[in-house]
Amino acid sequence: MRKVAVIGVGNSKFGARQDVNLAELAFEAVKPAYEDAGITGKDIPFVALGSAGGWYEETLPAVVAAEYCGLTGAGLVHCEAACASGSAAFATAYLDVASGHNDVAIAIGLEKMREVDTPTILELIGRAGYYFWEFHNFGITFPAYYALHATAHMAKYGTTQEDLALVSVKNHKYAAMNPVAHFQREITVKDALESPVIAWPLKLYDCCPVTDGASAIILASEEKVKELKIDTPVWVAGLGYSSGSANLTNRENYVGLTAAVHAAQRAFKDAGVSPDDIEVATAHDCFTIAEIMAYEDIGFCKKGEGTKLIREGQTEVGGKIPVNIDGGLKAKGHPIGATGCSMIYELTKQLREEVEKKQRQAPLKKYIALAHNVGGTGHYCYVTILRR
Amino acid sequence: MASRPPTLRSRPLTLTYEIPISKTHRFWNGIKEGKIYTTKCKKCGKLFFPPVADCPTCLSSDIEWVELGTEAEIETFTQVLVLPATFQNNEPYTIAIARLKEGVRVLAWLKDAKLEETKVGMKVKLAPKVSSEGMLTYEFLPI
Repeated sequence: MRKVAVIGVGNSKFGARQDVNLAELAFEAVKPAYEDAGITGKDIPFVALGSAGGWYEETLPAVVAAEYCGLTGAGLVHCEAACASGSAAFATAYLDVASGHNDVAIAIGLEKMREVDTPTILELIGRAGYYFWEFHNFGITFPAYYALHATAHMAKYGTTQEDLALVSVKNHKYAAMNPVAHFQREITVKDALESPVIAWPLKLYDCCPVTDGASAIILASEEKVKELKIDTPVWVAGLGYSSGSANLTNRENYVGLTAAVHAAQRAFKDAGVSPDDIEVATAHDCFTIAEIMAYEDIGFCKKGEGTKLIREGQTEVGGKIPVNIDGGLKAKGHPIGATGCSMIYELTKQLREEVEKKQRQAPLKKYIALAHNVGGTGHYCYVTILRR
Repeated sequence: MASRPPTLRSRPLTLTYEIPISKTHRFWNGIKEGKIYTTKCKKCGKLFFPPVADCPTCLSSDIEWVELGTEAEIETFTQVLVLPATFQNNEPYTIAIARLKEGVRVLAWLKDAKLEETKVGMKVKLAPKVSSEGMLTYEFLPI
């Protein structure tokens, strides 16, 4: 395997984007990525597009987006790993270049979720587990899947609803400083605690919104980085992936996601670094409890001590390990297939020290960052370590 | 407020899947008899729930059907208030995951229990159920 760098990134505005269709949304991420790398679609021989789909009209999003973005003719694959589809596309593009098969590849994360109504979205995501055994008779929703984890974490470790609210308050604070974020406003603990219950104990402000968005990442070999005279390449230092059972009943426990533990361990081993070396991270906070479990699963703290990090403000800018200082899925938004690439977009900006507002730039010494992207309820997990 | 951007409505499509149940027929028939059956691998002895016809560990298809007991203990639970499209006519429901005495876990609705009285560690019983619409299912009930 050879060294691979991120050489270009782009991200659409996240939000309720009824002003653009699927292909037009992809273009908003792909064009800036071309400009950032100083290349065009003609220079890219391989495209991996991550999208969960099912809530928009196109069956083949990869071909539609590729044609619209001037990528027709390139090798093309559509990757599905639920909410980690973007990371699956990133990993696929990375492996294409790392293997030596191509010198440049693009990963595109794309999701258009607001063309159907909320009960339909809840239905389709609720089916994302094991339809036959867990949805058909019991109508489990995605908030409910994570609520089951919240209940277990609260019972075992004394995690409170206030702890969960703190995650939401933090992520809204940083989203308000992020121009691509869906939500551009801060909230209080009181707002979070008083919001309506969606799936007890999770309330509205514990849940990520339904968001449209796209993100694109261009990867290149070391030789190509030199040829293109890229001044600040961000290197892929480690990559780990794992999976969990389709049936939630076949998991080890409900206080963490085993797939995330395994993916993180592999990524750290690959990169030759430890959790203490990470200076900024994006973690999969589709629900507030998921961010607390992520701290523990990645190894930023011991199991059961995630709440301590959020209570002490250790995951803020200036804390021990800033997490989701782009607003996270909770407030930047979670266009399912786009999220994995959008995490890489954010961390590339952080590592290049190009964040628009200084207040949300993580202080860096080692220039090492980590992205943790979960698909489903720990059904898939991808952990990526980047280094400038 | 900006007005909603113009959209074009797609052709509507209703999808229904016919899901094969030949290999788990015993389970669904058992519910009608008032029993919960599951499978056990005859080669490695592993007990499954939900039932499977093929063992993913030893890859044997030599399995036997066994009847499960009813005693279970709640490991976690939630009450779903915002409901998905095909459950819009339901009242909010409580979903629990409980571990049976035999070791396997089951996810099902917990009926006849108030949320504020439901706790992790609570003992419940697993009961087969044929709904008023004839749907075959199973539920947890407080003891």
